[in-house]
Amino acid sequence: MSTKQFLFSGFGGQGILFSGKLLAYKGLIDEKQVSWLPSYGPEMRGGTASCSVIISDDPVGSPIVSKPDVLVAMNLPSLDKYEDAVVPGGIIFADSTLIERKVKRDDVTVYYVPATKLANDNGTPTLANIILMGKILNVLGNFDETSVRAALGKVISARHADMLEVNLKAMQLGADYE
Amino acid sequence: MADKVLMKGNEAIAEAAIIAGCRHYFGYPITPQTEVAAYMAKKMPKIGGCFLQAESEIAAINMVYGVSSTGKRVMTSSSSPGISLKSEGLSYLAGADLPALIVNVQRGGPGLGGIQPSQSDYFQATRGGGHGDYHMIVLAPASVQEMAELTVKGFELADTYRMTSMILADGTMGQMMEPVSLDFDIKPVPEKPWATTGTKMEREHNIVNSLYLSPEKLEETNFERYEKYKYIEENEAMYEEYMVEDADIVVAAFGIAARVSKNAVNEARARGIKVGLIRPITLWPFPVAPFKKAAEHAKKFISVELSMGQMIEDVKLATDCKVPVTLCNRVGGMIPSPEQVLEAIVEADGGVK
Amino acid sequence: MAVVFDKPHSLIDVPLHYCPGCTHGIVHRLVAEVIDELGIEGRTIGIAPVGCSVMAYDYFNCDMIEAAHGRAPAVATGVKRADPENNVVFTYQGDGDLASIGMAETVHAAARNENITVIFINNAIYGMTGGQMAPTSLPGQVTQTSPYGRDTKHCGYPIKVCEMLSELEGAEYLERVTVNSVKNIRTAKKAIKKAFQNQLDGKGFSLVEVISSCPTNWGMTPQAALKWIDEKMIPYYPLGCYKDRSAEKEAE
Repeated sequence: MSTKQFLFSGFGGQGILFSGKLLAYKGLIDEKQVSWLPSYGPEMRGGTASCSVIISDDPVGSPIVSKPDVLVAMNLPSLDKYEDAVVPGGIIFADSTLIERKVKRDDVTVYYVPATKLANDNGTPTLANIILMGKILNVLGNFDETSVRAALGKVISARHADMLEVNLKAMQLGADYE
Repeated sequence: MADKVLMKGNEAIAEAAIIAGCRHYFGYPITPQTEVAAYMAKKMPKIGGCFLQAESEIAAINMVYGVSSTGKRVMTSSSSPGISLKSEGLSYLAGADLPALIVNVQRGGPGLGGIQPSQSDYFQATRGGGHGDYHMIVLAPASVQEMAELTVKGFELADTYRMTSMILADGTMGQMMEPVSLDFDIKPVPEKPWATTGTKMEREHNIVNSLYLSPEKLEETNFERYEKYKYIEENEAMYEEYMVEDADIVVAAFGIAARVSKNAVNEARARGIKVGLIRPITLWPFPVAPFKKAAEHAKKFISVELSMGQMIEDVKLATDCKVPVTLCNRVGGMIPSPEQVLEAIVEADGGVK
Repeated sequence: MAVVFDKPHSLIDVPLHYCPGCTHGIVHRLVAEVIDELGIEGRTIGIAPVGCSVMAYDYFNCDMIEAAHGRAPAVATGVKRADPENNVVFTYQGDGDLASIGMAETVHAAARNENITVIFINNAIYGMTGGQMAPTSLPGQVTQTSPYGRDTKHCGYPIKVCEMLSELEGAEYLERVTVNSVKNIRTAKKAIKKAFQNQLDGKGFSLVEVISSCPTNWGMTPQAALKWIDEKMIPYYPLGCYKDRSAEKEAE
């Protein structure tokens, strides 16, 4: 891959920006060029949150992802809004707990992961985003524990350091989901 | 890459300012630059610095004026509507020849406008903004790394020339995260014998002032200041050229517009179109030389902007209107897509053939 | 021979540009005497306003900064914060500067208990621009822009700065004085000295409002103007201390 463009989207509070940051840090640790761009402003408060992440072998041009290679949709409005934007041959990851419909397009690969349900069953209701991230990295053939651990270390603040193992476990849960 | 950290553009500005020795920050909350203030509020008390949330943008810029009068490095940051309020102070800083760093993380206007990215304060920044004949050094970063580097550079230029530097960024640059290296060599701050630090009963009193009731004297100060500006125009222009050498079409863009344009230039080159990009890094002084040179072989220029066409005037001036310049733009917080810029390039190419 | 009268060192020996009978000169001298007596000229930085005293920077021997109209308290905040241990900072502002265009800066500097000294000249008129209505012009007062007398129904009431600021928890010391008699000048000097001493003691925002005269724009002789202070100004703006937090604390 020379450049991969990711779009994460969901409700504010689902950890959308956090997921993007985690992926960007992993890219940085993997010695790639990266950019992370959030939506900002009032729409984030309780509304839709989204962020663009680009991981590339070359310097990143525009940091705005309008045609994602990978769409991560964590709620229905996000899928409705961005499904058509995904490039042909792209990948969509959908939280199937919160998105009841199927993806309409047939020229993309879709992974349905009931991330919210898995998170609740796991006793970590706030980690649906991390579970989904486990799946994403696994599908992209990018799940290497050393760099994942290092990336988590960067995005989890020092006072929540004890959450690192919990996050890692959640990620493994997503990675193992078939 | 190990020494690089991921930072938001706004945070990179704040950290770079601290590294450059800035220990005084005054500001007033406004989206999308608030991270600068938040970062300073957290950091300054821990390093013996001063963060103060002012009662208004006007007060903030005058607090900057006060600290700068004492010779210390000082900054403020805001976004478009707030910069309008600061413009009075910018004029006074210019009139009193005081150095300071001003950050404008632009949003759409006019009026309250919106909070999404924009470049429509180009005229305001490059022509001074406030009343009177003056300039600021205007620096336009196009990456988070440059947000940091140009902050350091901005302080150095401000002190060297005793004038304000402005970082002219936009909401995208402020909000995005990219890897940053903060390994800077900070040059020593020049002596400031003019500063009002107290006479210590050892010298005549210093006066920081912009009032000259004698027109002869005021004219003289304006002439002197413009001699300085001329020197800066000849020596401090910065720009990046990308595939311009053999270009039939040259795209001009700064900041986020340049990032988008680069994608389009790459795509157009892949289609065999001879197109290049000139990215001004200093907007004042405007890098006239690369445009003049490119105008000798290029047949068309395209100015890509997040405004109704402001920099395009400088492109026309720099090329002496020898070559047609068209505008490719989005405004109001919208950003041109690489496809839109590509379309403009293809259209221009059709015109070339 | 004993010296009974001398120019204060911190006042430069040049002719002042003020009109005959204007009380700015007296207040300048009082400020300079205080700076001399406290031995702080070498570390004092004065902030001049926009208004009649705009060129105060040419009269004080300490370092001086000329501020934009109304912004002196914000500029003073910057100067003070740049070196709080060393810098002694005072602003010298008129009523238009302090109570009209610069009201926000005044109120917030007081609210922050900014450790600065403010000398506020209240002569109920804009002097430099030729006698327009000020925020402190009295009801019925005739000025260039209230030629039929200040009509409170049309343009509201004068602002009593000391009274208003005294409601702020932040302010340390607020006193209103005048300089229309020898006795009053002595009281004024005491207040100005206290306002500087407070800063040296780290006590915070200290403002002295000096009820002053403007014979030129009031259209009076200097003597009549001093009398007008007694008859018209002081009944509306009573003299006295409006706040002295440290003294109040001690009394408790």
